[in-house]
Amino acid sequence: MRVSLYRYNPDTDAKPRMEDLELELPQGKDLMVLDVLELLKAQDPSLSYRRSCREGVCGSDGMNINGKNGLACTTPVSVAAPRGKLVLKPLQGLPVIRDLVVDMTQFYRQYERVKPYLINDEEPPAQERLQSPAEREQLDGLYECILCACCTTSCPSFWWNPDKFVGPAGLLHAYRFLADSRDTADAERLAELEDPFSVFRCRGIMNCASVCPRDLNPSAAIAKIKTRLVSDGI
Amino acid sequence: MVTDVGSLGRTGVADFVLQRASAVVLALFGLCVGGWFALNPDPTHAAFVAWFTAPAMSIFATLALASLAVHAWIGMWTVGTDYFRPHYFGRFATFARGVWLGGTALLTFVYVAWGLAIVWRLT
Repeated sequence: MRVSLYRYNPDTDAKPRMEDLELELPQGKDLMVLDVLELLKAQDPSLSYRRSCREGVCGSDGMNINGKNGLACTTPVSVAAPRGKLVLKPLQGLPVIRDLVVDMTQFYRQYERVKPYLINDEEPPAQERLQSPAEREQLDGLYECILCACCTTSCPSFWWNPDKFVGPAGLLHAYRFLADSRDTADAERLAELEDPFSVFRCRGIMNCASVCPRDLNPSAAIAKIKTRLVSDGI
Repeated sequence: MVTDVGSLGRTGVADFVLQRASAVVLALFGLCVGGWFALNPDPTHAAFVAWFTAPAMSIFATLALASLAVHAWIGMWTVGTDYFRPHYFGRFATFARGVWLGGTALLTFVYVAWGLAIVWRLT
């Protein structure tokens, strides 16, 4: 198999380059992209990428695979590179630290902005704050995000305004708490998002929904936030 | 919350609503003018002027001009703050955005002033 890898070592390289490699894959197995990276790293230990759980839970190995963001551990080579050439690049729109490792600071900064935790100033009950099954159901499709950043780094609005636009992942989490019946800070959360950039820079391109490895739909959550903002504003 | 001096409505909600409301006005105005031509397949200049200079139509045209200015500014400001970035323009990004928005403001002002002069027969 042919593999084209984005390589950049700030200590030795003046600028990034694509490295083309040939790799013998074991017959009769459909490897994941992460397996290919492990084989390549065995040949060249200087190759750098993040990984941890290798089963799509930790969100560490988000990268651009043949032009589309995804998790290396859950993307089969046969799906990513049906023509036999695998092209691996780091997530777009974030500074590259080394090879496929990006600096996620900006991503986490936007995530932090939406206060991704339950806010409830009421006296806590003796045991726990209960929800009805219907209220709990409102959180489906929202809480499953693993913060891999595949969605946010495939969003042109985030590329253009990474310091102002929260991005799909952050906004999915913002709506996760707006939709939570136990949270009482809706007004505060919406006030933080009502400016022209934080939410309204979303143009409904839907790259986020297209690439999400958990099949979530951040653009739907963003549309619901916009609806809440407009209905509250009017 | 992000604050920005260039937005028209001061908040994203206001810009969002203004942009859509102005689009509705422009669409209705377009349908109205297009409808007149559809109902008058052999129009004369005199008939058009008589229809267009009626007070209700003048007010509608003024509203359409205002909507055009609002719609244009919000759209072009959005484009300007998306694309005029240091990545493309280096240290001239702010200057380039200023030229873009200044040009938009100037063209919009001239267009609206010219339109108002025509609608209200000020020339």
